Order: sequence, then structure tokens, then C-alpha cells
Amino acid sequence: MSATAASTSATILPFAESAARVTRDARPLRLITCGSVDDGKSTLIGRLLWDTKAVKEDQAATLARDSGAQNDLGLPDFALLLDGLQAEREQGITIDVAYRYFSTDKRSFIVADTPGHEQYTRNMATGASTADLAVLLADARAGLLEQTRRHATIASLMGIRQFVLAVNKFDLVNYDREIFDRISHEFREFALSLGVRQITAIPMSALKGENVVSPASDAMPWYEGPTLIEALELATARSTQAGGFRMPVQRVVRPGESFRGYQGTVAGGAIKPGDSVVILPSGTVANVSQIVTFDLVRNAAVAGDAVTLVLDRQVDVARGDLIASIDAQPLTGTAFDAQLVALQQGGIEPGKRYWLKSGSRRQRVSIEPLSQLDLASGQWRPHASTLTMNAIGKVRLAFEETAVFDAYDQNRATGAFILIDPDTLNTVAGGMITGKRANLGGLKREGDRVVLSLPADLAEQLMASELFASRREEVEIKRVTAAEAATLWRNAGSDI
Amino acid sequence: MPLSVQETEIKNPPVSRPPLDPHLKALENEAIHIFREVAAEFENPVMLYSIGKDSSVLLHLARKAFFPGRVPFPLLHVDTTWKFKEMIEFRNRIADEYDLDLVVHTNKRGAEEGITPFTHGSAFYTDVMKTEALKQALDAGGYDAAFGGARRDEEASRAKERIYSFRTPDHKWDPRNQRPELWNVYNGMIRKGESVRAFPLSNWTEVDIWRYIQAEDIPLVPLYYAATRPYVERDGMMILAEDPRLELQPGEEVKHGSIRFRTLGCFPLTGAIRSTASNLDEVIAELEIATVSERQGRAIDRDQSGSMEKKKREGYF
Repeated sequence: MSATAASTSATILPFAESAARVTRDARPLRLITCGSVDDGKSTLIGRLLWDTKAVKEDQAATLARDSGAQNDLGLPDFALLLDGLQAEREQGITIDVAYRYFSTDKRSFIVADTPGHEQYTRNMATGASTADLAVLLADARAGLLEQTRRHATIASLMGIRQFVLAVNKFDLVNYDREIFDRISHEFREFALSLGVRQITAIPMSALKGENVVSPASDAMPWYEGPTLIEALELATARSTQAGGFRMPVQRVVRPGESFRGYQGTVAGGAIKPGDSVVILPSGTVANVSQIVTFDLVRNAAVAGDAVTLVLDRQVDVARGDLIASIDAQPLTGTAFDAQLVALQQGGIEPGKRYWLKSGSRRQRVSIEPLSQLDLASGQWRPHASTLTMNAIGKVRLAFEETAVFDAYDQNRATGAFILIDPDTLNTVAGGMITGKRANLGGLKREGDRVVLSLPADLAEQLMASELFASRREEVEIKRVTAAEAATLWRNAGSDI
Repeated sequence: MPLSVQETEIKNPPVSRPPLDPHLKALENEAIHIFREVAAEFENPVMLYSIGKDSSVLLHLARKAFFPGRVPFPLLHVDTTWKFKEMIEFRNRIADEYDLDLVVHTNKRGAEEGITPFTHGSAFYTDVMKTEALKQALDAGGYDAAFGGARRDEEASRAKERIYSFRTPDHKWDPRNQRPELWNVYNGMIRKGESVRAFPLSNWTEVDIWRYIQAEDIPLVPLYYAATRPYVERDGMMILAEDPRLELQPGEEVKHGSIRFRTLGCFPLTGAIRSTASNLDEVIAELEIATVSERQGRAIDRDQSGSMEKKKREGYF
């Protein structure tokens, strides 16, 4: 027991300093790391845990005893630290998403560590679903690989809007600035094409610990950007406090005749007593009279808060309902467009009835695949048959009862869903709502024909054109009012 | 007329505290969300209560989650009969004070056969008096969901465990075929006989637990705080020497020193650390510079690397 803390009094911090350390002013940042074993991902995460002192001596000793192996810098083999399951150790592979925790004086971090092997899509999607930021690894000697682009594409699809490119093994290219500039420029262009604008590229050596937690100004005096840990400290944790109030009702609490409260986690916006809300899908309207928590009766609640709402009148509210602000309501309907990732063998079958769970609501849905993402090219290709495991598809959702969603890019909580196979009860897909499907459709396909709904004047002009006349068999134009057309187009979602 | 919470009679009304920092608040919100979701989706949940610091935090969060209602499920304590005396006293006091339904289960077969950690070794003893006992208790109660206080930062196999951890009818965990878990959308669909273990503290670290205990003023078993206590040194561990069933082996002697415990389990298998941290502030200050993990004091983790995974596959929490 060499490490009994109190006996090593020389290293005990004065309490004032210690207290300052524990007052963190930010929520934990959730991040995902993407890259293959060859890129040095395990070494990078191991380095983060090691340099932030998240690995304890007995854990390092267990590692040393298990492997006897150390890398050439005399540090433990970090890969073993990360692969926790026996099968992984035996086979030397990473099977599943693992979660790691480390912290600095400023912030704490939750890392979803996903395997870099071939069946990465479903695991990456799982890890990315809760992440605020993605760290993408590239080997400085190899530059951007197709796999880096795939990872970035999946991360952006899952709604991640902050990328860090870790140009690793930079010691092996003699810290050549031109190489860094070339790779980071290429990556920036690619990320921008995905709609991601917050991009930080960092040259580093995870093995040597350069620019991970400690800066490397000796080796790279020309690099003036942040270390990885600084970039992570500065990143923003996702918030859905903008936008309309949303709270899926998890349960109704009735401790006595005089109290009836609706318990849930605020999924968007904010609420205060007196605000008017609508209960969906019923459409009933009420006002919030109280926000109750264990600690005190509060005067406001914001996204993320787990609260109990009391309404000013007796209304029918049950688990699965969504309480929303009356002036910024979500989408309701029985037909939606979505993107999804197929997670299991057997894939997602057209026409099959699945259970869909979103928020606290579970309902029946059938799926019609429309297209599939070709990850190599980044192109969507028409695809109407089964979406096989790891496939990313655009689909149409058809519900038997009214469903309530926001678009995923508006609200990740009310725009996300999982599909459950009614036969196996396993989770078979993760999905993101892109929009509501209007039955008429601003632009849709009917058999071989495309149907265009346009304001009447526009429709007349287009139909009068020579080009249209020659393609009359392929296109049908419907005349609607300008306001109707605007609504249709807004709801058309991902048709295009 | 608006309905008001003040009109409801609440046992042990909460006291007002300064707000939590955003980090702890986020962890608390997540845990409450999980509690409510499991309570709503499962027919017959139970909360595993081990009386330790994590269980104390778990219980506190459960009370918050269902306030102003009661905690809508019983607490289950698997009593090996080898717990620290102070733990049992604490358990009974808390159950009474918070108006909780407490179920205590002991493996009668093991107790009758005289299986003890001294005579049968830690692995076999743990298997019978903890794992087997837990399965007996879960079967007897017909529980389809069991809350536990396990955290992913505790141990390598737990780093991979889901928040809803699916178990077969014979309580087996298959780490290679876990259900994917995306966002905070949990799949609570199971067949009859199957169950889930639910872990609201999955994303908490040991430091978070202590800081939360401090911020929320959560009562703990006093063994977590340093005091002068009798102990014997055995197999590199300091074992508390106050239970008459602890027989001294040749060469062993009872010493006295300022010690405390970082985790609490069965007293013969739980090692103390030398410490003078006699209150929360000092424990946290000590923890922040600690260089060994908390499970270092647990004999059952040390048999071999991966031993926790083996126990978990067999039904251990």
C-alpha cells in the first residue's frame, strides 16, 4: 500500500486549490473518437487517460502483469487498457463501444470509444448519437483515407457539428509543416462539404504525448493552435435551449388526490409557470401552474432538466404524450421522412411493422426504404429493398396513429428514434427525422411520374414551356396557392 | 384552481440547498430520467441496495426522481451476514427514516452449509453468498428490472455495459450481443422471465459520487471517514478487527490506526486504507490526488484480470 494518499503529505494540495479544481462550470463534453487501430487511436485515448491521470497505479499494474509488454517509451500498452472484455483481449480486437472518463481542471469528458474495424458504421452511429464532437484520426504518413471521409460522413449525419482532425504520428514525417497544411486543408474542404464548420486540425504524436495534453513547441514551433485537450476544453456541449419547449411525459405522479404531476426531462426550450402548452397528439391546451423538483418549487426549467410539471386544469395526459409550447409546436402526422442506420443482421425490411420508440412514446410503424448512402462516394442511390446491417438509408415512415416529432437538425431529442424488431425485441435501427411527409407532396414520385405542386402562376408558366411539353409523360404539375406550395415544400423533407 | 404541491403531505420534506454545478446537474438529470423510464416501462422493478456510497447516491436520486411520490419499488439488500455491523445499523435507520420498502435476502443454503469467506475462499464464497443469493432474491420477487449503482469507470468490463443491461431468464449477461443504445432512447422490451439491470450512475466517476454526496449532504456509513479503528493485516489488506468471527492467524496481531474504507462490502474481503480524512472535504481532497483505484481494496477483483466480467456473465451485478 505504497499509495495511501494521506501519507504522502508533500503532494496534498492546499484545500483552497483543491476546491477551485472541483468547481466545474460546464457540463461534461461527450466526444467520439474515430480511426482505425493503425491510426493510433488506442494510443491516443490511452495517452489522454494517462496524461490526465485517469489511470490509477493498480490498473497500470494489472496491465503490466497481464501483458508484460510496454511500448518503447516505457508506458503501459494502452490498447490493453481499453479492451476490457476477455474475448477482445484474446482476439486482440475491439468489439463494442466502450465509454471512458477523464477530466481536467476545467471540464470533464465522456469518450465513446468505438472500434475501427470493418463493421464500424453501427458502432460509430451508436457512439456518435450522444456526442457533441468527433475526433477523427489520420496517420500523417498516409494523409486522409477513404475511411476518414466515411467516419466524418457518419458523424455529420448523426448531427455532430464540431470536428477535430488529429494528424497523428507527426514525428514520423519530421514535423513537416507542409504535410500538416496539406492534410488539414483537404480535410477542411471535405468537412465544409458536409456542412460542418467548426473544424480544428492538430499535428500530434500520441505515442510521445505531443500536442495531446502537453504542447510541443520544441518539435513544432510553427504550430500556434491548441493542443487536443485545449480544443476539447473550448468545445461547446450541445444544447437545445433554443426553440420551442418540449417535454415527453415519462410518468404521471399522483401521491394523493390533490396533486397530479407530469414527470419528464425537458427536451428543448424553456418553461415557466403561466406558460401555455399543448399536449400532443391530443391537442389539448393548458397552462403550467407549477414546476416541482425535490429541492424546491422552481420558477423556470430549461432543456436537460428533469422536472415535474403541474397544469392549471384537469386534462388527459398520459405517458408517451409530448407537452410542447403552444406557439412553437412540433410536427404531427402519420407519415414522416427519416434517415436511419441498420444495426442488426437481417437489416430493415420494407413493409415490416416495427416498434418505434422516440422520447417516451412507443408506437407501430412500417418502413419504406427510398435510398441508401454510398459511403465511398457520399452519394445517395435509389434503394427500395432491405437495408442490410450497417447501411444508412433514407426511408419513409408510415404510422397507424398520429406521431409527433421535430426534425433532428432542430432537436436531437425529439427528432431521434430507435426501431425495435417485434420478433426479437432487439434494437434494429437508429433513426433521425428529416421532415414530415405531406400526402400530396411538394415534389414526389408517383409510379414513373414526378408530381410537382406549384403556385398556379408558376405552374402555368412552366407548363407553357417547350421543355415541359417534350417531357409531359414524366412530370405532372398541380396548381396550388402560393401559401399551400410553401407549406408543401417545407414539409417535403428529404425528397430531394 | 391550480393544484399545489404544498397541499400534499410529504414525509421528510427536503431542505433547500445551493444549486448544483452544471456537471453534477447533468449527471443527476440523466439518472433521474433513467429511474423514471424504468419505473414506467417495467412491471416490477427493484433497487439493489448495498448500503455503500454509490447505493446511497442511487437512493437519493430515486427519491428525487419520484418526488413528491414515494419511491415506487422496494429496495433489495443481499445480506451475506458478513457485512460490517455499522452497515446494517445504517440500512435499518435509512429504511425507516425514508419510509422505504426494504427486502433483505440471505442465501439460506449457504448459511446452513456454513460457507464463509474464511473457510471457502473469496471466489466460492462470493459466488454462493452474493451471486447465487442475488439470483434467488430476484427470482423470488419476480422482478423484471433491477437498478444497480455500477459505474462504467469502475472496471474494464463495466466500461462496455449498457445503461439497460439485458439478462436472460437465468440472469446471464452476454457482453458480445448487447443491444445497441442510442441517444437516451432505451429499449425496455423483454420477454417473460427476462430482465434488465439498469444503471443510472453509468456515467458517474468516483469523484462525481463524492462531490455529489457533498453537494447534497447525503448521509453515509461512518466507515467511509477516518477514525482510529482496530485492524489486522492479512494478504496485503487491512481487515477491520471488531467482529468476533475474525480469528487471528499465527503471527497476526490486532493493531490500531487511523483508517477508512473507499468501498464497503463484506468485512473480511474489504481492505481499509490509512487515512486521516475524517470528513467529506478531506476525503475529496484525498481522492483527487489518489493514485490507486477504489476497487484496489476489493479481494474479489484481484484473482485475475477479467474476473469481474466472469462474475457478471454468471449473474453478479
